[in-house]
Amino acid sequence: MKGLNLSLLMGAGKRLVMAVPYVWLLLFFLVPFIIVLKISFAEAQIALPPFTDLVEFTDDVLTLSLNLFNYIDLYEYDLYLTGYISSVKIAAAATFIAFLIGYPIAYAIARLPEHSRNLALMLVILPSWTSFLIRIYAWIGLLKNNGLINNFLMWLGIIDEPLIMLHTPFAVYIGIVYAYLPFMVLPIYTNLVKHDGRLLEAAADLGASPVESFFKITLPLSMGGIIAGAMLVFIPAVGEFVIPELLGGPDTLMIGKMLWNEFFNARNWPGASAVAVVMLVLLIIPITIFQRYQAKEAEEAERG
Amino acid sequence: MPQEQSGQKPEKNKRVKLEIRQVSKEFDGFKAVNDVSLDIYQGEIFALLGASGCGKSTLLRMLAGFESPTSGEILLDGVSLNGVPAYERPINMMFQSYALFPHMTVEQNIAFGLKYNKLSKPAMQAKIEEALSLVQMSAYAKRKPHQLSGGQQQRVALARSLAKEPKLLLLDEPMGALDKKLRTQMQLEIVDIIEAVGVTCVMVTHDQEEAMTMASRVGIMDAGVIRQVGAPYEVYEQPNCRMTAEFIGSVNIFDGKLTVDEADHVEITTPDCDKPLRMAHGISGSLGMDIGYAIRPEKVMVSRHEPDQPHNVARGKVMDIAYLGSHSILHIELPSGKKFQASVANSDRKVVGDDEDRITWNDEVYISWGERSGVVLTS
Amino acid sequence: MANTQTKAGWPSWLILGLGFLFLYLPIFVLMFYSFNESRLVTVWAGFSTKWYGELFRDDQMMGAVWMSLKIAFLSATMAVALGTMASVALVRFGRFRGKTVFTAMMTAPLVMPEVITGLSLLLLFVTLAQMIGWPAERGMLTIWIAHTTFNMAYVAVVVSARLRELDKSLEEAAMDLGANRLAVFFKVTLPIVAPALFSGWLLAFTLSLDDLVIASFVSGPGSTTLPMVVFSSVRLGVSPKINALATILVLSVAAVSLLGWWLMRRKELQRQKEMRAAYAS
Repeated sequence: MKGLNLSLLMGAGKRLVMAVPYVWLLLFFLVPFIIVLKISFAEAQIALPPFTDLVEFTDDVLTLSLNLFNYIDLYEYDLYLTGYISSVKIAAAATFIAFLIGYPIAYAIARLPEHSRNLALMLVILPSWTSFLIRIYAWIGLLKNNGLINNFLMWLGIIDEPLIMLHTPFAVYIGIVYAYLPFMVLPIYTNLVKHDGRLLEAAADLGASPVESFFKITLPLSMGGIIAGAMLVFIPAVGEFVIPELLGGPDTLMIGKMLWNEFFNARNWPGASAVAVVMLVLLIIPITIFQRYQAKEAEEAERG
Repeated sequence: MPQEQSGQKPEKNKRVKLEIRQVSKEFDGFKAVNDVSLDIYQGEIFALLGASGCGKSTLLRMLAGFESPTSGEILLDGVSLNGVPAYERPINMMFQSYALFPHMTVEQNIAFGLKYNKLSKPAMQAKIEEALSLVQMSAYAKRKPHQLSGGQQQRVALARSLAKEPKLLLLDEPMGALDKKLRTQMQLEIVDIIEAVGVTCVMVTHDQEEAMTMASRVGIMDAGVIRQVGAPYEVYEQPNCRMTAEFIGSVNIFDGKLTVDEADHVEITTPDCDKPLRMAHGISGSLGMDIGYAIRPEKVMVSRHEPDQPHNVARGKVMDIAYLGSHSILHIELPSGKKFQASVANSDRKVVGDDEDRITWNDEVYISWGERSGVVLTS
Repeated sequence: MANTQTKAGWPSWLILGLGFLFLYLPIFVLMFYSFNESRLVTVWAGFSTKWYGELFRDDQMMGAVWMSLKIAFLSATMAVALGTMASVALVRFGRFRGKTVFTAMMTAPLVMPEVITGLSLLLLFVTLAQMIGWPAERGMLTIWIAHTTFNMAYVAVVVSARLRELDKSLEEAAMDLGANRLAVFFKVTLPIVAPALFSGWLLAFTLSLDDLVIASFVSGPGSTTLPMVVFSSVRLGVSPKINALATILVLSVAAVSLLGWWLMRRKELQRQKEMRAAYAS
């Protein structure tokens, strides 16, 4: 009987290990989204908190007032629609540029001798361990009209008057690519380093040139890493706030910045919630793709 | 029942240590182990032999307590183990990967299990020293596992399991992680240690040579079922079915019909041979039934001249010769198209250029064997 | 690439060179100008360390540094505890009801835009305060909760990767030798995955230290973190004081990482040497 009690206790322990993080995530991750959804249907009001209750007891009657105006607003104000479209465009383009730069870096690291790979990889990730804000700030000094790049180009005599780079979409692209590049390199490297070098030898043996083998073997096999990297850059980039705020201009519309302004400047909490809900709907597909990839990776790792 | 065949052996007089009663294990509707019943006797080394995925590891893990049977019961010394967790069973296992704790020294690894036996400090220290000297690893007590070679790691793993003085020792693919040369040496070494301690042992392996070298009895497992149990020579010389015959060693099997069924002999006709196949003992069968006849490659004679015997002769053409040093395997094609393997001892030294008498490719040859060489397979 | 393909020709080196130039040049320029005498960050006017002095005399900045360090330490610690529990549940408990939701909740924070996480957590705290009066005010506690939530996902990635690699037979061996599940975890699993817990903690610490957006949403009066101070300063323009702060941050992170890398490499080399010695004898 002692054994039975003990195993009951073990069962309880197991449930506890599972339940603590589970409940934490439910309370602080899932429930907040439901609240956002709820408040996005509320009406803004000048009070604290600045939104109305959805469910009210008035004269013993439960009334549920769903306010769709926040969404209609989003739809009707061209500004928001343009904001969504341009966020996705900017994020997609920056993701693609990050891929074009990140893939060769990941590939080069994977071809390094084994003992130098970890150091090279660490040097790629190291910047992302330092302050994000400061890395974006660094580009202000470089891109300004009297910044280093302009000064340098003028000193060389290539240009006569400064190029306007700061507060343009160009600066936002640079910022996203610069800040998120490690997240592109890391999963691609992890994938490439697992490839069996003998596949390329076999391809060469069968008559494929190195370029052909790259496009027919290495690239298709690394698709999983590319997708993970692309999602790790694209999804946060769509909702990016700091980069468009510091490097972008007033005409660089990005939805993260709009949500921030709606919340902190206009103090329209329901409006900000509606922006967030639409953004989330927009991102559900990429997030699902990312999670599928993560689950697949985990499964492969478990199988060894 | 296969057990009955080995029933005449002295094992019958021995005490049953472990009883496996109609044990089955299902994973998602797949029966990994299917209604297995087996008795393990006090002091024996029993090998479960089978290809990967045959259910032998699942059965071993049920003995250890890492899996619980879907149905059936396992009894140790007559006491049911059902519901007893792994950490309360007086059973210890040596893992294929050895599973030595990398963050502990050799000594600490052995002490890990002893702590749960509630011994006094000096008693525990004495046990550790005893276990280490048993496997001749006393000089390595302070080392970490990665500072040991494969063979040394294995000895420590064995010492760690034996230190707890288990009632039953389990070995999971004991030589799986060693290279071939070290294997033969360690096989004998481990058997010596186990026999010196006198512990009952169940091992799992896919390597028949290993099973036959180490075990006193072997159980052949296939598709979740134990096909045959017996001493190594029994399963080799007296396979009870096609599966065992083919799994252990190589074999030629003729399909034929039972034509003569006397008390002291039987005859089988097969389309592969002109003459009938004869065996010098009776079987329980009916005339005309489909039957298999198995003959091992090393039990036949190969000659260019037709032997003067009315039975057990096959004619064919040598298609291929595999020279293996101590012997050669001739691949002979019979007129029916059947392929036959015959092993020929290379008793003469082969000299380059001196090939005149030797059987060679495309030779027409006769294969013959005695009345006691083959085995009838009814299933 | 496994075994054979380890030839790195000049194109590889060129790509790596350009890549590292892109990644590090802006940071080096930033650090260089922290020693500039002039207030203008783009004109060199001679070497000086006066901005460092000004940085340390800035009470608001120093207060924020202290606040950020406290929150980072506490949230990293909590995230390691929760993230490890979650990893054990996901990797070791097999299938259980609600696992899909659990997995989704563990991976989503890795990519979720910060504005969404920040807004949703703030609205949660506001709603809770309305309903049950807790949290009475927003500040260190709410930032700690928010940081723990997204950090535990990162910790779980690091720890579960290590758990998956861990030879399961080690845990089975411990159980076979008489240890119950709890003892197995604390005596075998935990010591072996400890390095992963440590790197998970460091990662969580730096992420917490770095967060601007989420903290801005859930902070209250009197709980200003370092990124919030830096942000409001940077918004006004370039300031050498920020360069000085950046230099200190970058150098300390680089020192810790390189030291960690060097220690691990030394240990690994030592280990390999001992293994070769074991087989040679």
